Amino acid sequence: MWKYVIRRLLYAIPTLFGISVIVFLITRLAPGDPIRLYTFGALNVTEEDIQGLRAYYGLDQPLASQYVNWITKVVRGDFGMSLIYHQPALGLLFERMGATLQLAFSALFLQLVIGIPLGVIAALRRGSWVDNVIRVFGVIGHAIPQFWLGLMAIILVSVTLRLLPSQGVLTVGKDIWDIPDRIRHIIMPAFVLALAGIANYSRYLRTETLDVIGQDYVRTARSKGLRERTVVYVHALRNALIPMVTALGGLLAVLVSGALVVEQVFTWPGVGQFTYAAARQKDYPVIMAGVMVASTLLVLSYLIRDIAYAIVDPRIKVK
Amino acid sequence: MAVGAQTATRPRELPQPRASAGLWSNAWYSLRRDRLTMAAGAVVVLIILLSVGAPLLAEYVFKTSFERQDLLHTYGRPTLDPLAYLLGSDEVGRSQVVRLFYGGQVSLFVGFVAAFIQLTIGVLLGLMAGYFRGRVDDLITWFITTLNSIPTIFLLIIISALFSPGAITLTIIIGAIFWTGITNFVRGQTFALREREFVTAARTVGATPWRIMLRHILPNVLPLIFVLTAIDVGTIILAESALSYLGLGIVPPTPSWGNMLTNAASYFNRAPWLVVSPGTMIFLTVLCLYLIGDGLRDALDPRLKSR
Repeated sequence: MWKYVIRRLLYAIPTLFGISVIVFLITRLAPGDPIRLYTFGALNVTEEDIQGLRAYYGLDQPLASQYVNWITKVVRGDFGMSLIYHQPALGLLFERMGATLQLAFSALFLQLVIGIPLGVIAALRRGSWVDNVIRVFGVIGHAIPQFWLGLMAIILVSVTLRLLPSQGVLTVGKDIWDIPDRIRHIIMPAFVLALAGIANYSRYLRTETLDVIGQDYVRTARSKGLRERTVVYVHALRNALIPMVTALGGLLAVLVSGALVVEQVFTWPGVGQFTYAAARQKDYPVIMAGVMVASTLLVLSYLIRDIAYAIVDPRIKVK
Repeated sequence: MAVGAQTATRPRELPQPRASAGLWSNAWYSLRRDRLTMAAGAVVVLIILLSVGAPLLAEYVFKTSFERQDLLHTYGRPTLDPLAYLLGSDEVGRSQVVRLFYGGQVSLFVGFVAAFIQLTIGVLLGLMAGYFRGRVDDLITWFITTLNSIPTIFLLIIISALFSPGAITLTIIIGAIFWTGITNFVRGQTFALREREFVTAARTVGATPWRIMLRHILPNVLPLIFVLTAIDVGTIILAESALSYLGLGIVPPTPSWGNMLTNAASYFNRAPWLVVSPGTMIFLTVLCLYLIGDGLRDALDPRLKSR
C-alpha cells in the first residue's frame, strides 16, 4: 500500500512541473510589458530606470533562466508581491482559501446527500415516472449555465421573495461566529455549485445500482429470504458505491472550476474571485499564484481519489 | 379455446426487411424511433436557422437592427407591439430578440468550430498515443494529465485576460484546451484495436502506421467520437458563455448570449426579464446537444440501450 502511495506521489511531480511551465509561459508571453504597466503614470521615469527595473526583476534574462529563478522561489512558497496590494501573493490567496473550501465542501456534501439517494431511487423504480423525472433532471442539471442559475436564484429568492441574502459570507457587522447567518449566506451559492454534481451522481449511481442489482450475489441474498431493504442497502449499495470514488476526483475538478464563476455571481470572497480580479488588473504574481494554487488543489484531489480507490478496491494495486 | 387458437395462428407482424444493415443505417433506423432525440435535433436546427437568418429576420420581421438604439424606450417590457420588443428592450432600447439571434451566431460558431478543432487534435494525438505507445504515449499522457490538472475556467480566464483575444482566436484557444477527453477515449480504443487481427493483417501486407491508423483504426472509433463531440459542443458553449459573462470572452458591441447577461445582471432590478431569455437560449441549446449525444450513443451502441 505505502509503495503505491509513494509511487503515486512521485507521479504528481512531472504534472506539477508541467503546470508551472504552462502558467509561466502564458504570463511571460502575454503582450504588454509588466514594467511599463508597473510604472504607468509615474512621473520622472527614464528609460534607464525602466532598464534598471527590468534587470532588478530579472526580466532581461533568457526565458529559461527566468523560469528557473521563478520556480526556485515558488517551491519555497514565494510568488512575489502583489502589484496592487504590495503583500505576498500567496498569503493573500491563503486568506481566501477558507471561503472557497467552505463553499466547495458544502456543495460536495449536498451532492452526496441528494445525488446518491436520487440515483438509487431511480434504479429501484426503474421505468416509473419517478425514474423518468430523475433522469430528465440528470440531463437538465448539467445543461444549466451556473452563472445564470445563480442570477435567477438571486432575482427569485433574494429580490422577489426576500428569503436569503444574495452576496458575501456574512452580514456586515455581524459576529464572525454567527453560524446561522453564515448558513443563510452559503445556501444559495452551495446549491448552485452543487447542481451539476447532483445530476452527475444521480445518473452515475442509477447505472451502477442497476448493474449490481442484476448480479448473482444479490439474487442469492434475496433467496436467503433477507428483507428487500437489507438486500439493497447492505448488499447492493456497497458495491455500487465503489466506482463513485473515481467520480469524486473529477467532481472536485468541477467544483474548483465552477467555484470561480459562482463566487463571482454571489460576491463570495474566495480564491476564484480573487484570481479573476487579479487577471483583470494584470496582477501577475497573484494570477500565477492563483492558478498554481487551484491546480495544486486539483492534483491533490486526484491523488486522494487514486489512493482512496486503491483502499476500496485492492485489485488496483497490482497494476 | 377457439379464440386462443385464432390468435396463435395469426401471423406476427414482421419488421420490414431492410436493404442494408450497416452501422449508420441501423443507427438512423433507431434514431428515427427516438422521439426525444429527434425533437432535440429539431430544436438545434431551429436555433441554427434563427441565428443564421438573424439579419433577414431583423430587417423583414422585426424591422430593426441589432445595434439600433431607442433611448425613449429603454428597459421595455416584452410586448407584441412593436414586434421588435417581443422579449423587451435593453438599457439603450435595443431589441432583445434580435440581439438574441445575433448572439446565437457567435455562441454557435465558437461551439461548433472549437469542437471541430479539439476533435482534430484529440483524434490525432489519441491515435498516435494508442498506436505508437512507449515514449510517444508517455509524453501525450503527461501532457493530458497536466492540462487536466489546471481548472479549465482558470486557464481560460488568464489567457483571455492577458491576451484579450478576438472571437476567432478565442475559438482556437478553446479548441486547443478541450481535446483531452477525446484523446483519452481514442487512445484507449486504439490500444485495444491495434491488437486485433485486421490490424495485424494490414501490417503484414506492409501498410504504413499512418495508413493503419487513419484507414483501419479510425473508422472503428469514429461513431462514438460523434457522441463525445455533440456533448463537447454543449460544454464549450457553456464555457464560452461563462467567459463572456465575466467580460473576458466575446466583448460588446458584438452580442453573445453570455455578454448579454452581463448587462442584464446589472439592471435586474429594473428589467428582470432581460436575464431570462439569453440564459434560456444557452440552456436550451446545451440541453438539446446533450440529449442528441445521449440519443446517438443509444443508437450507435445497442448494448447500452437497456440502461
